[in-house]
Amino acid sequence: MLKKRSHLTLSLIAILLSFVVASVVMLISGISPLSFFLSLIRTMTGMNLRAIGKEGFFNARYLGEFIQMAMPIILTGLSVGFAFRTGLFNIGAEGQVIMGSVGAVAVGILFKLPFYIHLPLAIFVAALCGALWGWIPGYFKAKFGVHEVVVTIMMNYTALYLGNFIIKALPGSDNQKTVKLAATSLLHSKFLRQLTGNSRLHWGFIVVIIALFVYHFIIEKTTFGYELRAVGFNKDAAEYGGIKVSSRIAYSMAIAGAFAGLAGAMLTLGTFDYGRVIGTFENYGFDGIAVALLGGNTAFGIFFGGLLFGGLKSSQTLMQASGIPLEIAIIVSALIILFVAMKNGIDLVFEWMDARKRSKDESH
Amino acid sequence: MKRFLALALVLLLSFSLISCGEKEAPAAPEATEEETLVVDNDEVDKASLKEITIGLVTDTGGIDDKSFNQGTWEGIKYYAKKFELPEGNISFLQSTSDADYIPNLSQFSEDKKDLMVAAGFLFEESIAKIAADFPDQKILFIDAVVEAPNVLNALFAEHEGSYLVGVAAALKAQDAGKDTVGFVGGMDFDTIQKFEAGFEQGVLAVDPNMKVVIDYVGDFNKPEDGQTLAAKMYDAGVYVIYHAAGGSGNGVIKEAKDRVQNGEDVWVIGVDKDQFSEGVYADGKSVILTSMLKAVYQAAYDTSKLVAQDKFEGGTRIYDLKANGVGIPAVNPNLTEEWTKKIEEYANKIRNGEIMVDPVPSRIK
Repeated sequence: MLKKRSHLTLSLIAILLSFVVASVVMLISGISPLSFFLSLIRTMTGMNLRAIGKEGFFNARYLGEFIQMAMPIILTGLSVGFAFRTGLFNIGAEGQVIMGSVGAVAVGILFKLPFYIHLPLAIFVAALCGALWGWIPGYFKAKFGVHEVVVTIMMNYTALYLGNFIIKALPGSDNQKTVKLAATSLLHSKFLRQLTGNSRLHWGFIVVIIALFVYHFIIEKTTFGYELRAVGFNKDAAEYGGIKVSSRIAYSMAIAGAFAGLAGAMLTLGTFDYGRVIGTFENYGFDGIAVALLGGNTAFGIFFGGLLFGGLKSSQTLMQASGIPLEIAIIVSALIILFVAMKNGIDLVFEWMDARKRSKDESH
Repeated sequence: MKRFLALALVLLLSFSLISCGEKEAPAAPEATEEETLVVDNDEVDKASLKEITIGLVTDTGGIDDKSFNQGTWEGIKYYAKKFELPEGNISFLQSTSDADYIPNLSQFSEDKKDLMVAAGFLFEESIAKIAADFPDQKILFIDAVVEAPNVLNALFAEHEGSYLVGVAAALKAQDAGKDTVGFVGGMDFDTIQKFEAGFEQGVLAVDPNMKVVIDYVGDFNKPEDGQTLAAKMYDAGVYVIYHAAGGSGNGVIKEAKDRVQNGEDVWVIGVDKDQFSEGVYADGKSVILTSMLKAVYQAAYDTSKLVAQDKFEGGTRIYDLKANGVGIPAVNPNLTEEWTKKIEEYANKIRNGEIMVDPVPSRIK
């Protein structure tokens, strides 16, 4: 019997292959792949391997910025992954992030509360707004059989423009941004900031950790999660087995939306401290799709996938500073997505090689 | 003038030679004729200047946005070329989203650049934070204001430049026997109203009976809406449209091109940079009458020099006609010599204070 290659191995091979191809691309364009990898390492560990033992070897700011950048991507990864487990394709994480941000901004501006109520309320409302934005396509799918991909794509644009409209309508907003949110609603932390050399690291990482555990718990440990997975494996069999498929679909999309909404809260309450009018999508949701694929829709995998994408995004500054054009950094991220998408293909290649080897062995 | 052109050509040639020799550096956008527009009346010896490092952080528009970022970078490049800064002393970081502003600004500040430059009011929050975090970092902030001892803000007197193109529009309309010109703005707020106000006053200065139609697209990135608005105006008998609408203005230019190709006679006035090439419809003919230049490169060049001379100080500097911050292109194929002379007369009157251009439009007062 041929052992099925584990998802982890395949993901690692995909990443490795993309790095190899990226190095070739860099060599062809006359850029040293070494500076690329050194920048990536420096971003993700804070350590400058070019200056071992010298001044400036360690800079905690890079580390803080990297974690800060990875947080929303991990959450959108959870969002897409959760829907995947129920056999749904949530392309709407982008819009759910926007609605989550808007919800958090509205609470941060409109209410005056002590921080122990204000902050949790802002985060909760963000999750709620995201959940609503995920529930709508889920409901349409369950009730009328409208494909969730179509609805979520359209809902992304609705969220973009509705979100901008609400941001502009909040008291004190100008054409580009709102007033500053109340300090009691923010995830900012002077302590973390000082610890990481003035980076924007904030308390949101606690939310991310809780979200990871909740994801794992719901999917793997509850009856509800079991039902969701059953729907994902085979809708008709699940229906036959007595699971209410349509309500499970709507719930699953709502929960997926809640994760994305939390990512919105990370952005507005953590990275920034005001609501922004955005011209185009910021790709947090779309990165989430790649992260979920890379991580095989498990909490553990999504966590590391999110870290990798956060690192790639965050290292763009250092790469540019060491003479690598922004476009190369973006090409490498795209290559990873490409290779992850080809994972099944890679698996086939390995199977084919195994089969050849076996037939050779047999012929001897 | 000839010597100046020759110098410009030499610069252009040497640039192309250097860029052939380069392998490692990221591909910089091609030099345009704009960089030769930098004016420097105080020629100094290279030896008296410190060899400085300059870093530009772009907004999400990127280094080749044909606007702010590109213009600023051209000013920096011109400085580096003129005073022979070593390669690598000037660099830029592009931002893919506004979450990148602070990391990018921090990077240059930690690298201890002698001067860090950013353009556009989108940077307001981030510059304020970085200026406080790195009090020794000298910062040039273009087109918006952050009050900090280490930030020099460069603002532009767009109303003065708009006055001049208003004069041009009125002269052209008079010549063609028309009585209406128009203004298309991006969004209706004070920065863009300055364009409107100057234009209106310039037109009325030439001919008090001329009609000025004013309208706003409501967005800087909706060319299709800009085109609809332009069509409406041209249908209503507007002869020349001055647009201050960023990307939406491309729709205005497109509409004019379409009409001219169908035999109509209409014109557009460009904004921020010389938009002549964008209005070309057939063998070198363009619908762009002239353009209102906003010389961000001048601010970048001047400030680099100040830093090199150890004369940098925080505060706000207004780039008006006198400081070569605004104006019209040196070459205007669609203006007669007589008109150019007349525009120059008005420009001189503004420079010596004889004419005061009001930044607030008449409809608001």
